[in-house]
Amino acid sequence: MSEQNSSGAPRRIQVGPFNRVEGDLDISLDIDQGQVRSARVNSTLYRGFEQILVGKPAMDALVYTPRICGICSLAQSVACARALASAGGVAITPNGVLSQNLLLANESLTDLLTHFYLFFMPDLARPQYQDKAWFAHVQPRFQAIRGDASREVLPARAGFLHLMGLMAGHWPHSLALQPGGSSKAVTRQERLRLISILAEFRRFLERTLFGDDLDVINSLETPQQLQQWQQQQDWQQSDLRTFLSVADDLGFARLGRATDQLLSVGNHPDADGNLLVQAGHWMPGVGTTPVDLAGIREDISHSWIDGPTGSLHPQQGITEVSLHSSEKEHAYSWCKAPRLNGHVVETGALARAVISGRPLATALMQEQGATVYSRMLVRVLELAWIIPQMQQWALQLDPQESFCQRKERLTDGEGVGLIEAARGSLGHWIRLHKGRISHYQIIAPTTWNFSPRDEQGQPGALEQALQGAPVQEGEQDPIAVQHIVRSFDPCMVCTVH
Amino acid sequence: MSRANLLWLQSGGCGGCSMSLLNAEHPDLLSTLDNAGINLLWHPSLSEQTGSEVQALLQAILADEIPLDLLCIEGSLLRGPAGTGRFHLLGGTGIAMIHWVEQLAAKARFTLAIGSCAAFGGISSAADNITDATGLQFEGELRGGLLGSDYRGGAGLPVINVAGCPTHPDWVTETLMSLVLDQPQRADFDDFHRPRLYADQLVHHGCTRNEYYEYKASAEQPGDLGCMMEHMGCLGTQAHADCNTRLWNGSGSCTRGGYACINCTAPEFEEPRHSFVETPKIAGIPVGLPTDMPKAWFVALASLSKAATPVRLRENARSEHLIYPPTLHKKNHK
Repeated sequence: MSEQNSSGAPRRIQVGPFNRVEGDLDISLDIDQGQVRSARVNSTLYRGFEQILVGKPAMDALVYTPRICGICSLAQSVACARALASAGGVAITPNGVLSQNLLLANESLTDLLTHFYLFFMPDLARPQYQDKAWFAHVQPRFQAIRGDASREVLPARAGFLHLMGLMAGHWPHSLALQPGGSSKAVTRQERLRLISILAEFRRFLERTLFGDDLDVINSLETPQQLQQWQQQQDWQQSDLRTFLSVADDLGFARLGRATDQLLSVGNHPDADGNLLVQAGHWMPGVGTTPVDLAGIREDISHSWIDGPTGSLHPQQGITEVSLHSSEKEHAYSWCKAPRLNGHVVETGALARAVISGRPLATALMQEQGATVYSRMLVRVLELAWIIPQMQQWALQLDPQESFCQRKERLTDGEGVGLIEAARGSLGHWIRLHKGRISHYQIIAPTTWNFSPRDEQGQPGALEQALQGAPVQEGEQDPIAVQHIVRSFDPCMVCTVH
Repeated sequence: MSRANLLWLQSGGCGGCSMSLLNAEHPDLLSTLDNAGINLLWHPSLSEQTGSEVQALLQAILADEIPLDLLCIEGSLLRGPAGTGRFHLLGGTGIAMIHWVEQLAAKARFTLAIGSCAAFGGISSAADNITDATGLQFEGELRGGLLGSDYRGGAGLPVINVAGCPTHPDWVTETLMSLVLDQPQRADFDDFHRPRLYADQLVHHGCTRNEYYEYKASAEQPGDLGCMMEHMGCLGTQAHADCNTRLWNGSGSCTRGGYACINCTAPEFEEPRHSFVETPKIAGIPVGLPTDMPKAWFVALASLSKAATPVRLRENARSEHLIYPPTLHKKNHK
C-alpha cells in the first residue's frame, strides 16, 4: 500500500490500520529528507448516529448515544443527559450531581490508565528500541499482551470499575444517567463499598504507577520539583519514573507539537454549579479566555459529507452522506473539521490542567508546549488530581436523599450538553419537537484533535503535530508517528460517530 | 495440544464489546485466554503489531501460512454506500472491511459475531439503516447477512452469535473456551445461533425486583424500586441472558442499576417501534407478555395480585428509598 524509494527522495506512505487506538484510523504521510512534510488523517468508519437519532422519542437518546462509543460510553450518556436537561429545563438533585461526577470520573480515569499501560507504553517495548539501556527493564514490563504490567493493571482496572456495577448497572452502555440525575439511588451499604473501592484503587496507583503518595504527586508544582522527585529514587522504582526516564532519553518533550491552542469546556460541577475543571480557550502569549461557544463551526470541505460549502454551528449543522459524497473531490475523511473562531485547537487532559491553572501543567505548556511528553505526563497526573476528589464525592453522597429529579415529559426545546470526556471536550447539541428529536449534532474530542483540513487549508491538530516527525530510512510504520498519534489517545469511533 | 489462533477485528461498532471484555475477572482476560490455550494473533486494542505488520499477518492467513481457528468480528458489517462498503475501509488497506471479513471467514474454523451488531446488525442498523449495516449471518431476524445462510466455518458450524450490547466478558471467554476445549454441536446454540450457556436463561431470573413483579407493584419514575415491566419498558421477562444471575462489574445489571432491560441480546432490539423506556399497552395491558405465559392467565393473575399487593410493596415500588422494611416476625413468647 505504499510507494517507496530507496533513496531519501520524497515518498508518500499510507500507515494503517493503527491499533491501540479506539476504532479505525489511517494516515497518509508525505516524507522528505527523513521528516514528515505533511499528513492527512483519515477516519475510515462512518455509522451515522446524528441521522439515526432524528425522529426518535427524546428519552431514547439515552439508549443510542452511549453506543456511539464503547470507551467513552458514559461520557456520551452524561453529555446527552445534560443536553436533554438543558432542552427541557430539568434541574438535577445534589446526589445526582455527585453520581454523575463519580461515574464520569470512573470512566475517564479508567481510560487514562488503560491508555498509559495498554495503548502507549507497549510501543517502548518494540524491537526498534532493543539497543537502549532501558530496554531490559521496559520490555518485560510493558510488552503488549505478555508484559507483567498488564497482569497487574487489568485486575486493578476491573476492580475500579466495580463502581459502575454499584452505581450504573454496568459499563459500558448504562441507562442509569438521567437528565435529573441517576436512576440508581445509592444505599448506605453501597456508599461504604464505593469508599472502599476508591481507597483500593488509590493504593494501586500509589504503589505501582506513581511510587509515591498522591498528595506528594499533587504537590509537585514546577518542572524542577518534578525532576528532583524523579531523581529521588531509582528510575525503575515506579512506572511513572520509568516513563519519565525513557521520555527524556527519546526527546518526547520536542516531539509532536501542534498549534498549542487548548480547549476545555469544563467538568465536575458542585451542587452550586461551580466547576472543578475549568472551561476556557488557552492561547500562547494570551493565556485563558472564556470559550466562545457561538464561535464553534464545523467545516466539511475535506470530509466525505454532503452539503453546501461553508461551515455551520452545530445547532444548525447537517450530516448527510451518500455514494456521491464518498467520491467528493479533495475529501479524505468521514470526520468533519470543527474550529473555534477559525482556530485549530487541541483538547484533552493537558488542556484541562492548563486551563484549570494547575501549576506544573502550565509551566510545561510554557516551556515546551503540547508535546508527546506533556500530553502523556499530564494525563497520568490527572489520575492523582481526581482520585482524591472522587473520595470526597463518595463521602458526600447522602443515601437518605433523592438521586433523580422527578421528570416532566420533555416536549419542545433546544439545548446543549458540554462535558469533558477522557479525551477532551464533548458537545451534544439537541432540538426537540413534540417530544421527539428533530436535530442532533455531536462534536467529540477526537473530532477536534484528528480533524481534516478546513476550507482555508488549515490542517487539523494531529496533522500539524505530525509535521516534522522524524522517519528513518525504510520505516513503514514510523515509530515517532506511532508515539505522536497515541499521545492524543484517539477515539476514532467517537470522532465520526 | 497445539494452541488455537484467535484473530479479532472491529467493524462498524463502538468497540464496547472489547472494552467489556477487558473487564474479565478471576482470572483477568489475558490469563483466561492463556489458560485455555488460545493464542491471540491480533486484537486491535491489545496487540503490538500495527500497520504493515497487521497487513502481513492478514495476508499470511489468506495464504494458508497461519491457521485461523477463531475469527471474532465485533461491529456490524457496513455494505453501503451502494454496495461499495466504503463506509468502513480497513485502515491502511483501502479495502472495504466487508471484503476482508468475507475472505477471512472462508479460512476460519469457527467464526464468531461478538455483540449484537456483528450478530444481527444492531444499533448501527437502526432507523433507516443508512450504512446498510448487517450482521454476519443474520440481518435482524432474517437469515442471510453478509456471509449468507449457507456459510459454515471449517468445523461445520454456522456463525456463532455472542449477542449483547455490550457482551458480558464471560459470555465471550466461556464461548471461546467451549469451542477450544469441547466438541460443540449445533444444539449448543439457539435458533439465533446464540450460545445456550447464557441464552437459556431470562434476565428476569434473579432480578432483585421479583417480589414487586409478583404483586405487580410497579415503578413509575427512574429510580423507583418497583417492577419496571408495567410502565418503564422492561423486557427482562422476555430477554434471553443471565445478567441477573451472573452480574456485571462485580454486582451490577440493568435492572439493579434502576433502568429497564432493553433485550439487547435479541435481533432488532435497536428498533422497538416505541420508546425504550415506556411500556406499550393495549387497554392497560402490556403488549409484551412474560415468556411462555398465556395471556389470559397473565391478565387474571395480574389483576388478582394487584388486588392483593401489600402496602409495603405498593409504597416502596414508587419510591427511590425503602419506606417500609419487611415486618419482623417474632416468636410469641409470653
